[in-house]
Amino acid sequence: MNQFQVKVSIRLRPSVLDPAGEAIKSAASKLGVNNINSLRIGKLIEVNLLANGENEVKEKIELLCDRLFANKVIEDYEYQLVEK
Amino acid sequence: MSNQTVGIVVFPGSNCDRDIFWALEGCLNIKTKFLWHESSDLSGIDSIVLPGGFSYGDYLRCGAVARFSPVINSLYDFVNSGRRVIGICNGFQILTEAGFLPGALTRNKDLNFICNNSELEVQTSKGDWFKELKEKNNIINLPIAHGEGRYFCDEDTYKMLADNGLIALKYVLNPNGSSYDIAGIMNKNGNVLGLMPHPERACDEVLGGTDGLSILNSLA
Repeated sequence: MNQFQVKVSIRLRPSVLDPAGEAIKSAASKLGVNNINSLRIGKLIEVNLLANGENEVKEKIELLCDRLFANKVIEDYEYQLVEK
Repeated sequence: MSNQTVGIVVFPGSNCDRDIFWALEGCLNIKTKFLWHESSDLSGIDSIVLPGGFSYGDYLRCGAVARFSPVINSLYDFVNSGRRVIGICNGFQILTEAGFLPGALTRNKDLNFICNNSELEVQTSKGDWFKELKEKNNIINLPIAHGEGRYFCDEDTYKMLADNGLIALKYVLNPNGSSYDIAGIMNKNGNVLGLMPHPERACDEVLGGTDGLSILNSLA
């Protein structure tokens, strides 16, 4: 078995309002950083796991993403896989 | 006293379980039993309440971890048997995360935790949850208390809910940005109800109203 690291990004779907992102955008303008068109907050989940190859990692991570990490009604996900 | 027993599920972080107990036993004389989330035994239980609170600290998303509890696993057969389940506030969030109800609950539009009374319009008498209230008056008043109570659904889901009469309650003045002013919905059979407002906090005139009584009485 090999050690893998997976970085999962979870984002609110574009059609879902992100009020926290709007609040941060407003704070950014108070720092003098203007002209930000959009700012949206997501989540990053790092997973280290042992598996027999990339296919097994993908299978496990997609199960986790679909059933636990993301709520697909409001969120999308993508992930990057690194063999260590 | 009704011979029905209402199960009140207790998750780590539930905080309205005692309020439900008080409303059912104290105000309505309905027998209850606390069900620890790790129990999957629902024998002898006639209906179930998923109470409000912050199950598992609301980690990841509200209700996202609670849905994997053994008690929720047993709930699928319970619901299929036609018995009644009401999810209030965090309970509603768990019901959507677990797929018993469509849509999702997410952060309030203005980011505030809202703790207030809320006027609600009863949309349906399906499932007999609001039968008495609808006969009396379409507008009821129940407290709300949530930071992540903004109901979200897409247009197709809304159409499915509306066409099947599954929208239970709408806010008269939308406090949190919920899609289509929705405050509560039910499943196709009408035996699962999820709502953000707290009927258990409106069961005594001393608390400002009694519109919650008949909703909870429909569990018996």
